[in-house]
Amino acid sequence: MAVVEAGTAPQVEVRPRGASRRERWQRRLPLLPALIYIVVVTQIPFLVTLWYSFQNYFFDVPAPAHFTGFSNYTAAFTNTAFRGALLRSVEMTVIAVIVAMILGVAFAVLLDRKFIGRGVVRTLIITPFLVMPAAAALVWAGPMLDPNFGLLNYLLQPFGVHHVAWLSTHALGSVIVVMIWQWTPFMTLIVLAGLQSQPPDVLEAAKVDGAGALATFRELTLPHLRPYIELGILLGSIYLVNTFDQVRLMTNGGPGTTTTNLPFYLYQQVNYAFDVGGAAAAGVITVILTIIVATFALRMFARVFQFEEAGS
Amino acid sequence: MSAVPSRAGPRRFRQMSGQVGWGVVAWVVGIAFFLPVLWMVITAFKPESAAETWPPRFVFSPTLAEFRLVFAGWGPYVTHSVIATVGSTVLVLVLGVPAAYALSVHPVKRWRDGLFFFISTKMLPIVAAIGPLYVIALKAHLLDSIWVLIILYTAMNLPLAIWMIRSFMLEVPGELLEAARLDGAGRIREITEVIMPVVSPGLVSTALICVIFAWNELFLALNLTVTNAATMPMYLISSVPQEGLYIAHLSAAATIASVPVIAVGWIAQRSLVRGLSMGAIK
Repeated sequence: MAVVEAGTAPQVEVRPRGASRRERWQRRLPLLPALIYIVVVTQIPFLVTLWYSFQNYFFDVPAPAHFTGFSNYTAAFTNTAFRGALLRSVEMTVIAVIVAMILGVAFAVLLDRKFIGRGVVRTLIITPFLVMPAAAALVWAGPMLDPNFGLLNYLLQPFGVHHVAWLSTHALGSVIVVMIWQWTPFMTLIVLAGLQSQPPDVLEAAKVDGAGALATFRELTLPHLRPYIELGILLGSIYLVNTFDQVRLMTNGGPGTTTTNLPFYLYQQVNYAFDVGGAAAAGVITVILTIIVATFALRMFARVFQFEEAGS
Repeated sequence: MSAVPSRAGPRRFRQMSGQVGWGVVAWVVGIAFFLPVLWMVITAFKPESAAETWPPRFVFSPTLAEFRLVFAGWGPYVTHSVIATVGSTVLVLVLGVPAAYALSVHPVKRWRDGLFFFISTKMLPIVAAIGPLYVIALKAHLLDSIWVLIILYTAMNLPLAIWMIRSFMLEVPGELLEAARLDGAGRIREITEVIMPVVSPGLVSTALICVIFAWNELFLALNLTVTNAATMPMYLISSVPQEGLYIAHLSAAATIASVPVIAVGWIAQRSLVRGLSMGAIK
């Protein structure tokens, strides 16, 4: 159940030679262990998921699993909690990725300039990405956002904010803020690499021609950054769509279900409702949707990497 | 720095003050962004009674008491984390190096499909299969065993590692390979004597990325382990009690849990960029 995309023409033809049968196997052999490993470990669970999605199976019921046809699917499609979780996953991922990218571009532009202590500031900015997500979630939930002693309320006091219980009143926003805080450094690093790969003579020529800083940025720098921005958005989305730690540890999906995204919903189905069949059907639907999105994503991947390798 | 005052005309001065201005903005942004980490570390040195006050206290007599508590309680968790992280990273390299070789130096015919197959598995949400994974682990007697984490973390990191290692192998100069071939070196000698010396720094960066993702992983650990294989992120959860003051203790635990990866990331900033872009950015 993986997405294989043939893609466009290969970017670099890596020493093709006429190959005999023996030669072909000699080439294949080193690949096989990793290939078999990945097929077994990542594909079999999904086949089992497909199997269970047609079964009635609860952990807490002694009766063995039995075939129920499409009932798990009809249940999933009519289940508003599942639909809500699906939409919330999309919402959280899209907002977090876009805001992190905008901040990432801004930070990268700042870090691309020369100033005293640039290395230190760069180090400060990448640190949130390195903090263990579980630690980040718990530290934000407690020392940072607590209504009674949280640092944020203290810092916002001059602006008329008084003991706001962020995790009850702005739960979704709080979770997304932590996602953005952790992933902005990632975007910054990738965009910064793009900025630093820009040929300086082009910028110099634009300056000589009398182009303003803003015009230069819009007309020259942004198009140059495009593949880097695409790469950042793509990789960021792959990771952020699976966000679980922040939801589980900051809000536990609540209040109500306002922060329940798909990973947390499936976690609940398995761990509290013991509904393996239902979770499996929801999983299969998720995988099908992912494949649709991933097909586009892989095409983008092919383009970005082609650009990269052609340029090196 | 380069501007000498006597030569600084108005234009020069404007340029320089502009530079200083941007520098100040960058510093403010950097410190603001780092603030939650700083606050975590500061709170970790507080006595519990000073951690939950209004207004928050910035002056207090620092104590190592909470760190001592963490070191007294983290034993099994940190052991499991180290085993799962090191074990899966070693396995990734053992499987990934030959695979990357077969996709770059002497590529198989459909190397491109192979490459995209590996990365497509990263796009499948593992959360979708968590129920069945639990059942499989249960039936295979792998539930709550460190092996289940090693196996899954390897699968999680292997696609990234293959892409990365391949990008390093593509940098091995063709003349070197040609020379080795004329010398009559076989495949094994080609790998050990020509390729490995060139890509070994790359293997270190690859390992770093794998370590970061394995060390920080919570979802699989939380679902598939209880006590016998519980890892550091789960220790953090256990440091939040149902009642009583815990903020300083939590901060100390969070600091200790995060320090290894932060240290590694600070030291290897360059490799980080290349690793996170899967070798796309040099």
